[in-house]
Amino acid sequence: MSNQPICPPTTPVADTGLAIGDGYRAGGARPAVLELHEVTKTYSSEPPVPALRGVSLTVHAGELVAIVGPSGSGKTTLLHIIGTLDRPTSGTVRIDRIDLAGLDDRQLAALRARSIGFVFQQFFLAEHQTVLDNVADGLLYAGVEVRQRRELAAQALNAVGLADRQHARPTTMSGGQRQRVAIARALVGRPAIVLADEPTGNLDTHTGEQLLELLQELNAQGATIIVITHDHDLANGLHRQVHMRDGLIVFDTSSAPQPAGAGNTTEDQR
Amino acid sequence: MSATTQLIPARLRSGDLARVASVGLRTRRLRAALSALGIAIGVAAIVAVLGLSSSSQAGLLAEIDQLGTNLLVVTNGQTFTGASATLPLTAPAMIGRIDPVTKVADTGDISSANVYRSPLIPSIDSNALTVDAASLNLLPAVGTRVARGSYLDAATATEPTVVLGAAAAQRLGIDHVYPHARVWLGGMWFYVIGILKPAVLAPEIDGSALVGYAAAKQYLNDTSTINGTLTVGPPTTIYVRAQNSQVNAVDNILARTADPENPSYVDVSQPSAALTARVDAQGAFNGLFLGLGAVALLVGAVGVANIMIISVLERRSEIGLRRALGATRGQIRAQFLSEAILLALLGGAAGVTIGSFATIVYAHTKHWAVVIPTEAWAGGIASAILIGAIAGLLPAIRAARLSPTDALRTV
Repeated sequence: MSNQPICPPTTPVADTGLAIGDGYRAGGARPAVLELHEVTKTYSSEPPVPALRGVSLTVHAGELVAIVGPSGSGKTTLLHIIGTLDRPTSGTVRIDRIDLAGLDDRQLAALRARSIGFVFQQFFLAEHQTVLDNVADGLLYAGVEVRQRRELAAQALNAVGLADRQHARPTTMSGGQRQRVAIARALVGRPAIVLADEPTGNLDTHTGEQLLELLQELNAQGATIIVITHDHDLANGLHRQVHMRDGLIVFDTSSAPQPAGAGNTTEDQR
Repeated sequence: MSATTQLIPARLRSGDLARVASVGLRTRRLRAALSALGIAIGVAAIVAVLGLSSSSQAGLLAEIDQLGTNLLVVTNGQTFTGASATLPLTAPAMIGRIDPVTKVADTGDISSANVYRSPLIPSIDSNALTVDAASLNLLPAVGTRVARGSYLDAATATEPTVVLGAAAAQRLGIDHVYPHARVWLGGMWFYVIGILKPAVLAPEIDGSALVGYAAAKQYLNDTSTINGTLTVGPPTTIYVRAQNSQVNAVDNILARTADPENPSYVDVSQPSAALTARVDAQGAFNGLFLGLGAVALLVGAVGVANIMIISVLERRSEIGLRRALGATRGQIRAQFLSEAILLALLGGAAGVTIGSFATIVYAHTKHWAVVIPTEAWAGGIASAILIGAIAGLLPAIRAARLSPTDALRTV
């Protein structure tokens, strides 16, 4: 893959259509888009398996967070709970200032359609569809009509540097390109949170680094991104790292909100 | 919380639903085609059976129509004592005076005479042929024509000449008319001057050897007496053509006109009505084939259900992704249910096409009008949709029940 700019500097951020919380950047404290308070999750098997044992975490708009931990540390469970795909056994989860406890299954689906974008390790692209339609499907359940979906998808593809591959099939693309398509699909609805589960898991090191740059760039444009990974190299490239072990957060590089403004992608790293 | 109340899942537009419902069909075409085949065969069988029987009925009815449905047949019935009644000699003329009657012709059974190929044939081998005296205008009245030779005329009707019905000619072994062709009739030679085509509305003519009334009187002793004068024998069957709109009216007064003294001694029938009833009765055989079609549909339904269950298992990750993208359980259920219905609908449409094509080809070779009843094709499509819905229900419910985390875990 060439090192061409993913998002040309001449393009104003707002024109990509992907920036969220433009108002937030105007000044003042950024609002929390994710608040976990004493969240536990116990799988009811014999014996019961406690996957999360009291996790409290707050992520503010515009953050780029890595949740790092070895296998079995509970990070996938945490991803499912943040992604509203699963409910906690106890504790409260608030996404975009909405408490999930009071929501039924349909409301959770609507929340996912509106506020959460997923990026999976396996990409999960539909091979029979063009790249553009794959990205447009990110808005399939959000009540957007097909023409507008495609327009927004074209903008999202532009933002991940695949503007010229709109009509290609995913099968003709490299792994890195496919993951960019998946990221575009997650971003197309301008969700409050983008959740990436091992986004570089199926990519080689070099492609993984390029993907990291892309995530940083998108974050710089305003997207809130949470990356779940066991890859410390990837995690070290992100502003904030939350380390997990045995269902608990053992280390958080930031206990305070760490806004990521445009252009200072490394400054806040500690 | 006000934000909570706004969390209403967006409805999937019908175009989007159709698109997601066709994902499985577009990505696994051969499998979709094969699983739709069962339903296609069932629907094709049903459409073809109904179409062919309707077309065949239409063909026969057209034939009957062409022969005319206005033929009424008057025959001598029985007396109160059970003996065979005799129609008055004047009956044909009386009937001819009924205004809407257009043609009247008659035959008189000569039961004393039989017809043989030669005198050497044992008299018991009568071949079930009858000898009848016939009026000269018989052919247009019964709706048949001469196949070979000619019919009786004023001259030949007085001579020992005979015209053979189609079946009679075949059983006597005479397939064409040649000089000196003759048959042994009533104890003497009669010369064959013509052979008739089959008379569909009056099949009794087919098995008859027809001679003139005058010849019958002279050579076969077929006589009756009026006012002490010996004259030709009485008619036993009178063929009456009436104006189409007046057939029933004529039918009602025919017995009284033919024999005013004893109307109950007269039988009146309408052969075309009997034929039409027989055509309708032919449909009874369809039950078996329709049953076979229904079995094929059932097998097709099981095939669709099977393929849908496999499809749900294979597409767990797609289901997980869709849930992650914000699809509700209902939307997943709708997707798989629609896919099953679409699959069955394609099979049904193919079946209607195949069944119609088979009907068209067969009806064309038989020169029938093509009739594919609405209930056949509409019923075929409707049953396909119903089958798709039933077969897809369980897989769709299973797909919707799948938890998103389980769906995403398996790959």
